[in-house]
Amino acid sequence: MNIIVAILLIVGLFFFTGGSVGILRFPDFYTRLHPAGKCDTMGLLFTLSAMALYTLHDFSLHAVLTGLKIMLIVVFVFITSPTATHAIVDAGVRAGLSPWVKKAQAEEDRT
Amino acid sequence: MDNVFLYSGIYLCLLMTLPLYRAVFGPTVPDRMLGANAIGSKTTVLLILIGIIYQRVDMFVDIALAYATLNFIAVLAASRYYQKSKGLYDYRQPPKRTSRKEPIE
Repeated sequence: MNIIVAILLIVGLFFFTGGSVGILRFPDFYTRLHPAGKCDTMGLLFTLSAMALYTLHDFSLHAVLTGLKIMLIVVFVFITSPTATHAIVDAGVRAGLSPWVKKAQAEEDRT
Repeated sequence: MDNVFLYSGIYLCLLMTLPLYRAVFGPTVPDRMLGANAIGSKTTVLLILIGIIYQRVDMFVDIALAYATLNFIAVLAASRYYQKSKGLYDYRQPPKRTSRKEPIE
């Protein structure tokens, strides 16, 4: 059981690392939303399910209710994270931010 | 097993500095919102890790749920506020009102 918890935790931290590095390194605001919206949800699912498994060690009604609450956070974030991402994109589009293009194409557009 | 949770919590804290860079130096306003949102979603995990380390998961789960809700509401409110403003910085067409650091053409 402990090994499964550790493996789930490490996989979740791997997803968090990918998301954070992607936020740092992508060239554009619209592309940066991809790691922010996707990898954070994935990392949250794995890490929180690891912790829900760990709370089920001593099997009682109290522990089961706590594990259910932790999985409730996962369901909540799975609904709200795409909504927040879509709201940020909508703000960017309506404010008139232009997406990133390659340098050659940008010079073509300018002429 | 406690050490695994402790070290993953420390690693998560170090990982928060990467979106913090984006939130501080981000070239546009939605970039900053994005960095703050990423930090908030990491904090939700960190709160439950703290609860497991201190053996009080039942209390910290509620705090984490409230924090996730607040993070969502804050991002929605900020994006609705900035939806109407046209002054967001665009890097293909530099803004007419330049800051003091840039030379005036």
